[in-house]
Amino acid sequence: MGRKLLLDKAHIPGIRYYDTYKGNGGYAAAEKALKGMTPDQVLDEVKKSGLRGRGGAGFPTGMKWSFIAKPEGVPRYLVCNADESEPGTFKDRYLMEFIPHALIEGLIISSYTLGANTCYIYIRGEYAWIPEILEEAIADAKKNGWLGKNILGSGFDLEIYVQRGAGAYICGEETALIESLEGKRGNPRIKPPFPAVKGLWQSPTVVNNVETLAAVVPILNIGGEEYAKIGIGKSTGTKLISACGNINKPGVYEIEMNISVEEFIYSEEYCGGIPNGKRLKACIPGGSSVPILPANLLFKTAKGETRMMTYESLADGGFLTGTAMGSGGFIVLDEDQCIVKNTLTFARFYRHESCGQCSPCREGTGWMEKLLKNIDSGRGKMSDIDLLWDIQRKIEGNTICPLGDAAAWPVAAAIRHFRDEFEWHITHPEEAQARNYGLAHYADPREIAVPA
Amino acid sequence: MADEQKLFKVTIDNITVEVAPGTTILNAARLIGGDIVPPAMCYYSKLQGSGGKCRTCLVKVTKGSEADPRPMPKLVASCRTTVMDGMEVANITSPEVVDARKSIVEFLLINHPLDCPVCDQAGECHLQDLSYEHGVSATRYEFKRRTFDKVDLGDHIKLHMTRCILCYRCVFTADQLTDKREHGILGRGDHSEISTYIEQNLDNDFIGNVIDVCPVGALTDKTFRFKNRVWFLKPVDAHRDCENPKCCGKTVLWMRGDEVFRVTARKDQYGEVEAYICDTCRFEKKETSDWVIEGPRKINRHSVISQGHYVGMVKPQETIVKVMDGRAPKLLMDIHRVSEVNRPEIDLSKIEGPAHSDDFKINGVHPQ
Amino acid sequence: MVQFSEEKLNKVKEIIARYPDGKQKSALLPVLHLAQETFNGWLSSDTMDYVASLLQLEPIEVYEVATFYSMYNLKPVGKYVFEVCQTGPCMLRGSDDIIAYIKQTLGINVGETTADGLFTLKTVECLGACGYAPMMQVGKHYREHLTPAKVDEIIAELRAAQ
Repeated sequence: MGRKLLLDKAHIPGIRYYDTYKGNGGYAAAEKALKGMTPDQVLDEVKKSGLRGRGGAGFPTGMKWSFIAKPEGVPRYLVCNADESEPGTFKDRYLMEFIPHALIEGLIISSYTLGANTCYIYIRGEYAWIPEILEEAIADAKKNGWLGKNILGSGFDLEIYVQRGAGAYICGEETALIESLEGKRGNPRIKPPFPAVKGLWQSPTVVNNVETLAAVVPILNIGGEEYAKIGIGKSTGTKLISACGNINKPGVYEIEMNISVEEFIYSEEYCGGIPNGKRLKACIPGGSSVPILPANLLFKTAKGETRMMTYESLADGGFLTGTAMGSGGFIVLDEDQCIVKNTLTFARFYRHESCGQCSPCREGTGWMEKLLKNIDSGRGKMSDIDLLWDIQRKIEGNTICPLGDAAAWPVAAAIRHFRDEFEWHITHPEEAQARNYGLAHYADPREIAVPA
Repeated sequence: MADEQKLFKVTIDNITVEVAPGTTILNAARLIGGDIVPPAMCYYSKLQGSGGKCRTCLVKVTKGSEADPRPMPKLVASCRTTVMDGMEVANITSPEVVDARKSIVEFLLINHPLDCPVCDQAGECHLQDLSYEHGVSATRYEFKRRTFDKVDLGDHIKLHMTRCILCYRCVFTADQLTDKREHGILGRGDHSEISTYIEQNLDNDFIGNVIDVCPVGALTDKTFRFKNRVWFLKPVDAHRDCENPKCCGKTVLWMRGDEVFRVTARKDQYGEVEAYICDTCRFEKKETSDWVIEGPRKINRHSVISQGHYVGMVKPQETIVKVMDGRAPKLLMDIHRVSEVNRPEIDLSKIEGPAHSDDFKINGVHPQ
Repeated sequence: MVQFSEEKLNKVKEIIARYPDGKQKSALLPVLHLAQETFNGWLSSDTMDYVASLLQLEPIEVYEVATFYSMYNLKPVGKYVFEVCQTGPCMLRGSDDIIAYIKQTLGINVGETTADGLFTLKTVECLGACGYAPMMQVGKHYREHLTPAKVDEIIAELRAAQ
């Protein structure tokens, strides 16, 4: 069994409630920080832990925190990004729904570190029942002296509020989230200035993912150095993976970042293999926007090394033969799945979620969806594949925010690795309506590239 | 000089210029001028917060600054990126930028109706210019284009959303120039639109300026729609003593003979208005007697509007004479002998809507 | 006449108090949610104008926001809205079949409401329940691991609640 730091107490009945959480060692980290440490000391622990943002970008959290501007007399804000919307990702929901106090405790410590006296949890609107859970947890924490004025006599004040979004994936992008929190359309801002300098209401702001902020609790409990010992290299600590698709046991798993992808899919502790004796065809290991990999690149990198569940190993080979950890939304496709159809649903998703502010994304996402729809329904042309490739290439890197890249990558990777399946859809339009392309050669061992 | 400050050196396409800190790459390029100025469809120097959206002004920063010479990883919007001392930028010298710009033009055009032949903006349309300069001649888009119904925004402004490129300039204009904004961007993604939501008249002393800031033919002047092509008109600078204290009263009258077809603000070489004008000047002062005419407006020589107007123009040789090798062909019909269309006593600008043959009847019958 | 009750007006005040003075625009999303719940599950232009006046905003600011977010209904909807997820992970687990089954059972197409005004069918993009697919949102809650039998149960349950 891997070590659990976030979900170690998830099985305790009533852990959702304050008394149970507190009775099982909860709020010890907050007490440790507020009573015995300066904000800089906490920051130091977080830096030592090597914690990286769990929302998708993987940026070192300690470094992000150290960027926050501290002008005199200007309030600072911490915003918790709970706008979990990346297809395949549902880990933050689990944390908030079942162990809300872990998040609240993380917010207290993080706000203390940043010198923020107000913290907002921006939660996606569709998670409509969770704000009540969080608000109850906030009220209980406040009743017990963990929020409000002069917490634990430290002189530190903090209020936490929950803000519901209203259906917009783009609000997971931090500047769009800030705009939305200001009551506006979720159009990402043009950076610079970065939120750490001018964020919410033009004040210095840090936006962090739910899991990132909750992870601060175990870091303080066990110490940054101890936390950094878990995992491999720069992938330190534990990571929540939300596994879905064609697996026996979909759900949220906490892994130490030192297991292999193969173990994660096939071991009983995690996904439990693929149902009905089907074979693995492909996997999208980090949420819809990271590149899809065929089975024969998933367990072994192009260099022939075992692929591990770490930021570095998943990304090994770059976009040519690798993928990314992303948000940890692990989507498994068995041999009966159609890559074209799957890519189409993602293209439709990004077209639907584009804010429409900048031209490449607004126009390009719709164009890609239309082309994919044609190919999927047997009306595609061979030249459409190259056209798709060209469109995604022209969106990527040319937009205001990363949604453009996120829309481009799944299309690029699907064509890169499954081009013959796309071609088959075009050359066999009728057959493609009746059956799927199947596994084909996608699990065949690859020739290992020998370094020159 | 008391407020002397250190200037930043920035090199754009190998031309170096010194600018004040805080200047954007685009404005630094405009100081240099010429071909190296990136095109801008959404940026408008007089509108705060504009820019960054259309992505036509993308450039490559090959050297971040003297202090941190690393190049920037992605192309950046030159209208929203400020220069650093020692920065080096590649615009037309970067194949990557030229390629990206081509794609932006393609994206902007896939849902554009390309109805230039019936569009009032033709001849002074920034999207037309952009496409000629940076686009390709054919489209790869084979789907139905997005369309919207045309809407009247009050008595004077027509919104033709199908042509809009969502530059947001008109929204910023209403925000920054009028007391109360009544139109905005509705919807999301590829179905975003400029709208008032519930049909509403835009009624405000300065709202007419949205027509001038619109880079395409999405917002047009209803008092001018279908009245004439801009290149048949003669633009002249004029002014009047406007009662509105916020209006500069300095305009361009677009004339034919003594007829004032339309009134616009004066625009600089980048198509931006020099100063905003009020709606009274724009829509209601259509007599030459309303104005003090200063003289011909200088229009960029390359513009289609200058064709046939000004000094130094060499009239092309009568091609028919050339091809006929000196023989003079006999005209079978001279249109003016058989038609009285465009009789001098008829003011086209005063006809409601497009001119119709009925408008030229004398006492109910067509003149013979 | 669009008007919140005293209790709801207090809720609005409480929401506005979460933000610094003068930043009441931040209350727009939560207040629109409240208005939609209160006034028949959708936002008419009167409702939006009312929200604008409560928060001292121009009506257009409210329209801009309400049309941006997918959860605000700008047209009347049935009493229960079936919002079925159709994105990748749900598609892999058979969401297409579920959508087809609901269409057939209720006799409506996507975007339509049953004649009795009870059910509206919508397809939506990822709701963050990929591990429990196929799924849909009905009102505040998620209905997960859907099968035709489970859809029948849900419809019967909601009909019985009448």
